[in-house]
Amino acid sequence: MNTAVLVNFLGFSTVLAPLLFLLVIGCSMLLQYELSEVAVGRWMKGTIGFGLLTSVSILAIMLLARSFREVVDLGNLVTIEDVHFHFHLSFIFDRLSVPMVILSLVLCFTIGSFGISYLHRDNGFHRFFLFFSMFAVGMVFASLAATIETLFLGWEFVGLSSALLIAYFHERVSPVANGLRVWTVYRIADAAFLAAAVLLHHETGEGQFIGMMSSEPWPYGVSTLDSVVAFWAGLLLLIAAAGKSGLIPFSGWLPRAMEGPTPSSAVFYGALSVHLGAFLLLRVSPIIDQSFPLRCLVIAIGLITAIYAAFTARVQTDVKSSLAFASLTQVSLIVVEIGCGFLYLALIHMIGHACLRTLQLLRAPTLLRDYKTLENALGGSLSVRAPAWIKWTSPSIQRRLYRAAMERGYLDAILDECFAKPFLRIFNAFDRLERSWICILSGEPLKATSKLNMETNTKKPIGTTHDSAPIPSSTREHS
Amino acid sequence: MNELHLPWLEFAILIPLLAATYVWKIKSAEEKRFVSIVASGITLAVTLAAWIDFESLITYEARDHWDAIKAIFGREEFMIDQLNSPLLPLTSLLFLMTFLATPRVKYGVYSFTDSLILLSITLAIFSTKDQWLLIGLLIVQTLPLSWEIHNRVRSTRVYWIHMSAFIVTLIAGGWIYQATTSAWWHGVAIIMWMIAVFIRGGCFPVHCWITDLFDKTTFGVSILFITPMIGAYAAMRLIVPVAPDWAMQSIAFISLATALYASCMTIVQKDARRFFCFLFLSQSSLVFVGLETASSIGLAGALCVWISVSLALTGLGLTLRCIESRTGEVLLTKYSGLYAAMPNFAGFFLLTGLSCVGFPCTLGFIGSELLVDSAIEFSPLVGFVVVASTALNGIGIMRAYFRIFTGVKYESSIPIASMRSERIAILTITVILVGGGLLPQIIVNSRYKAAVEILQHRTK
Repeated sequence: MNTAVLVNFLGFSTVLAPLLFLLVIGCSMLLQYELSEVAVGRWMKGTIGFGLLTSVSILAIMLLARSFREVVDLGNLVTIEDVHFHFHLSFIFDRLSVPMVILSLVLCFTIGSFGISYLHRDNGFHRFFLFFSMFAVGMVFASLAATIETLFLGWEFVGLSSALLIAYFHERVSPVANGLRVWTVYRIADAAFLAAAVLLHHETGEGQFIGMMSSEPWPYGVSTLDSVVAFWAGLLLLIAAAGKSGLIPFSGWLPRAMEGPTPSSAVFYGALSVHLGAFLLLRVSPIIDQSFPLRCLVIAIGLITAIYAAFTARVQTDVKSSLAFASLTQVSLIVVEIGCGFLYLALIHMIGHACLRTLQLLRAPTLLRDYKTLENALGGSLSVRAPAWIKWTSPSIQRRLYRAAMERGYLDAILDECFAKPFLRIFNAFDRLERSWICILSGEPLKATSKLNMETNTKKPIGTTHDSAPIPSSTREHS
Repeated sequence: MNELHLPWLEFAILIPLLAATYVWKIKSAEEKRFVSIVASGITLAVTLAAWIDFESLITYEARDHWDAIKAIFGREEFMIDQLNSPLLPLTSLLFLMTFLATPRVKYGVYSFTDSLILLSITLAIFSTKDQWLLIGLLIVQTLPLSWEIHNRVRSTRVYWIHMSAFIVTLIAGGWIYQATTSAWWHGVAIIMWMIAVFIRGGCFPVHCWITDLFDKTTFGVSILFITPMIGAYAAMRLIVPVAPDWAMQSIAFISLATALYASCMTIVQKDARRFFCFLFLSQSSLVFVGLETASSIGLAGALCVWISVSLALTGLGLTLRCIESRTGEVLLTKYSGLYAAMPNFAGFFLLTGLSCVGFPCTLGFIGSELLVDSAIEFSPLVGFVVVASTALNGIGIMRAYFRIFTGVKYESSIPIASMRSERIAILTITVILVGGGLLPQIIVNSRYKAAVEILQHRTK
């Protein structure tokens, strides 16, 4: 068989395997045909495992053939020939995407297998694997994307599945509120990404990374954009990456995201999702290279976040939050490496960090037992030493730093006070104004409307076990 | 003008009208629903046949064969072209799905007769581009809703204050436009029509009648009145062919303001109906934004958004309606915990909601992509507002999803899971939305041709 045909076949299989898992579990849930846990496990292992096998095979073929880049073309999703508009779907296998996709599939396979026993007989077992499959599809699409639109597609899938998995324990308010908060940050990042994607598509006339960054394979590509466009497009992509990877000023969501079940925390915030922002910056590194101010900005954001996360991680009182900030420190350092142009180092750092953090997060539920085992083996307590530089700081500075770190740099409070609360205050006022305006127009006094609202608000659902209040005939009937 | 092989358009308008007279006479609610489903199903088949027939003719515009209207009035009133050909089956589909998803408990409350009349009038509106007939039909279409509010013993003042302004400006615009050839007076006529379109489309600040309508009528009829986006159609037929650039820019500016304002309002809503209204207002305004770009891609994107938003919001509205019929008013001030009781509706809610904001792999995605592409080309600020409003709507949808479906498990003493007919209706819409997202080329081709022809007419 021809090598190109073989690579194409294997490439298709890598992309389609997790998609098949999503389709099977999605359709079964939509049609109310519940698969058994064993069946879900088999589908998960079969599809993700097959995807992993094919991606490793591609790596082997590329190594044997000394090929640095293979493109698997799925053709145009949409084309309008008159105006040369193409929405191209193609996947690239190169020195960046192959390690990333293999890492994604290895970790998805491992954590999926862990999740089968971890969530055994849990009410949300199928829901977990639905979102998990969506995440796997998103990661594979984002890792292998050859066009910025395909990357956006995967990016969105990862975002949606993350938010839904944070709210996995949805009978409690806290995970749901945190899920919504993460989704809000992700939407800001998505909006920046979409704007950047359209801007790049518009400037270069195509969405292909190969076209945007000369024909050299990663990391030797050179951006074809002029420096001003590169700055603005890069800035939008940096905002997107900051949102996804929890860099400053969006860092507040990361510990909140730990509300999800441990397997999802591991896969999202320890291993893959949190690195997706850094991966995006690696993919568009030629654009960053094109603009010096942008490069400085990338380094600055990385450094500030690293310092912030390192301080904050030290004072966390639960293991998952502590690990979240520790992850953030490393991700920020990876961003600094990208800004400095150490692309291979950043890639290796990312892979190593993802594997280590996954292991730590999966061991997190048994941390106390692990400590006990360790202390028994040592025959004494584990010592905790203060860092050396602490001697040269005054107690008041230490106190301030401690408080700031405990409050996670007041980032959430700043965003709430400066953006969320004024926004809600303004639009709640508009809402009240509109209701009053309707009352004036309809001639119904505002008081009566409030009463009507109160009556409808206290209306109890039909057939519930709660006390059923009679529904006043004046309230609206629903159809 | 080319002719279709059969009088499809007249059939499509007459069938629901005849069914309405029959449904009006019969007493059994079950039978009313059955007849409505059959009639709207036949109408859907007829409108699909009209679309296929039209496409096979490879022409810009075609009229009915054996045109009875022409025989009686001497004028060709109904026609099919690139713009309206998919809108006719789309409208029939929306009505069919609404009838299908009407729960038994609501058979007595929901007016099938009014809905069938509304279907007939809506199809007639979509089948004409004659100025006065269109104006007349737009006015007639306001009547069934007024009866509906009146029958429910609620105040029609808000509705009629807005609709009176709509009717007056519509007629005044038509009269001024016809009475004079002066460019200045034509400008005045266009302003009149713009005001009419803003009112009917629910643009800021004349949108309050829509939230009031949803408060005072049945959810089903309200959905069917707004989701086909008659205001956008009126704009395409009355304003776009003759409007100067300043008029187009004004429409787009007001629409952008509406899109942003309504998307912000979705986030603070306390009940699901008002949330739905503002989501509709925000997303439907984007159709007008495509006009400003005056490019074939932008307009094609706007027309794609039209179809996706109509379908997705009908699906979302029907899901909310099904939930309401089981639990009463759906409030967003508390966590209702409905996931365990109705997981299907949770899935449909999320799919239809995300589709209307252009989530990848849904029909809305490619439309939004085209729209944003041309908006950024036209002005980065316009592109930014479009992107920001869809992002805010996405937050609003997820907030509503969490409020409705999460929280302490809803305990019910009676089964409240989805019925088969409801599942079929919403699943059909979902399949079209996802299928259209995976294979969008057909719809994009059709909308691109329509956009090119609208722009060609405008240039002439």
